[in-house]
Amino acid sequence: MRHIQIAVIIVFVVFTSACVNLPPAYDYTNFRSADPHSILVLPPLNNSTEVIAPYSVMSQIVAPLAESGFYVFPVALVDQTFKNNGLTVANDIHAVPIEKLHEIFGADAALYIDIKEYGTSYVVISSDTVVNVSATLVSLKTGDILWQGAARASSAENRGNSGGGLIGMLVEAAVNQIIETVSDAGFGIAGIASTRLLSAEGHNGLLHGPRSAKYGQPATSEKQK
Amino acid sequence: MRVLFVVFFTTLFLGGCKTTEPSYYYGSYQTAVYSYFKASEVGASQQIEMLEGVIEQARGKGKPVAPGVHAHLGMLYFNTGNASLGQVNFDIEKTLFPESAAYLDFLMNKNASDKI
Repeated sequence: MRHIQIAVIIVFVVFTSACVNLPPAYDYTNFRSADPHSILVLPPLNNSTEVIAPYSVMSQIVAPLAESGFYVFPVALVDQTFKNNGLTVANDIHAVPIEKLHEIFGADAALYIDIKEYGTSYVVISSDTVVNVSATLVSLKTGDILWQGAARASSAENRGNSGGGLIGMLVEAAVNQIIETVSDAGFGIAGIASTRLLSAEGHNGLLHGPRSAKYGQPATSEKQK
Repeated sequence: MRVLFVVFFTTLFLGGCKTTEPSYYYGSYQTAVYSYFKASEVGASQQIEMLEGVIEQARGKGKPVAPGVHAHLGMLYFNTGNASLGQVNFDIEKTLFPESAAYLDFLMNKNASDKI
């Protein structure tokens, strides 16, 4: 009898630990009441050592925002407008009062992005390109935070082990690093991270915007409740 | 009975594979923007060609171009001294996406006053 009880406990623990709990659904109250139609992507803060990181992320951030149903201001033209007005540093741009941004761009909301990691590192066993970003969507009418999120993507996620033991892995790591720096792997990985971060189809992504056929529907995470 | 099972599971599996078709056509838009930012390997005229290609391909596929394509192309035309095609593309962006009108008008007025 006692054995059966222990067995039941073990089985129970094994099963419940196998369940991956998704983070709780984001509170979209502010997002819904603000109902933004257009999003201004500000040049991201860059905490990586790669100078190209903000440009790569800005280029890739447009598609998931547009596909979620929002108008996205042309990122390069926006960047040029800031530069022409003497704002060349992302920190300074993030400090511009929201009234001023609203006045010039006529945008409903602005996306403040922070790049935490970007680039390829060679760490003996595996060479890995990582992009790690967080972002905050702020209403340019009220200053309210409408949404916040973070996402990470890595080239190591999909790569198969080539086999051949330790030597094989070392060779693979070195070859991968060459491929990844030459072909600008960060750009592709930034695309995956951006989609993961923002897509209204993802868990705790944005709500669907007015240009989406799913506008007004509950968020993906709210449906899973 | 067995046929029913097969049909049931096939539907179940295929249902799981459903991916959403993108609303807009992007083509090499992201790459063109990235090239503009990198300001090295690919020249402005080549970037213009890329974007004109994107617009052409979108038309061929009967899909709307992504927001910003015409505005970005307009900017490239302005930067290379072709103000009339710049204006044409800004106007198309405004027609397709009225959300952009306030900003693009602001830029045009600024340009005009700079010239005077």
